[in-house]
Amino acid sequence: MASTIKIRAKASNGVTTVKALITHPMETGLRKNKKTGDLIPAKFISEVNVKHNGKTVLDAEWGGSVSKNPYLAFKFDGGAKDDTIELSWTDNTGAGDSSSAKIR
Amino acid sequence: MNKSMKRRVFLKGSLAASTMGVAIGAGLLAPQAVLAAWNEAAFKAKSEADAIKAAMGSATTAASDAIKIKAPDIAENGAVVPVSVTSTLAGVESIALLVEKNAAPMSAVFMLPKGTKADVSTRVKMGKTGDVIAVVKAGGKLHSARKSVKVTIGGCGG
Repeated sequence: MASTIKIRAKASNGVTTVKALITHPMETGLRKNKKTGDLIPAKFISEVNVKHNGKTVLDAEWGGSVSKNPYLAFKFDGGAKDDTIELSWTDNTGAGDSSSAKIR
Repeated sequence: MNKSMKRRVFLKGSLAASTMGVAIGAGLLAPQAVLAAWNEAAFKAKSEADAIKAAMGSATTAASDAIKIKAPDIAENGAVVPVSVTSTLAGVESIALLVEKNAAPMSAVFMLPKGTKADVSTRVKMGKTGDVIAVVKAGGKLHSARKSVKVTIGGCGG
């Protein structure tokens, strides 16, 4: 399966900007299936971790109210071209994925 | 012809049954195991104050001008509301993002280790018009800011 994560990081003037898009349905568990009236079970990303060269630069906990196919952007001090940025996520059902990219 | 049709129906049926089984298995077994680290109380809390207390340890926040929330004044689609939080406060440890009018207001909590800037962006769902609230923990104190966003189509309905 293709990766669920698209991640880009760019270093400039000693600050690295990381932008990521994750493909995920982000179901809150409150929505109903229109045809059957049954609740659609919750499936959302609960934890996201981003590492720069193996060191955590961002830990996030999310609820179901983060939008479908979540977008995330943040900045941290340091980081140089060709350093590794790795993002991993876990959802409430235990599924997860991780992907890494080089800083440009 | 007839035979192959039947075979097709049979295959469809068994495929559907097996995917159902997998879905049910995953749904029943996994959550308890993984949610241990996740702050369930904060994300299940129904009120803003309870959610902030569960996530940040206290519900008392001081309004601060040093926090800027960037969000649209009018969101045409409540399912995708881009929100950015930046702060000029020193020593920011974490940022919580809440949506006032949602059934569970807590949306996201970002833990920022030293060196990570107080500048995070994401997109949230908003059920209806209300405030987006950012709570920033800096130097052991809680600061907050809010911004009202008008939603023309809700993002939490079916």
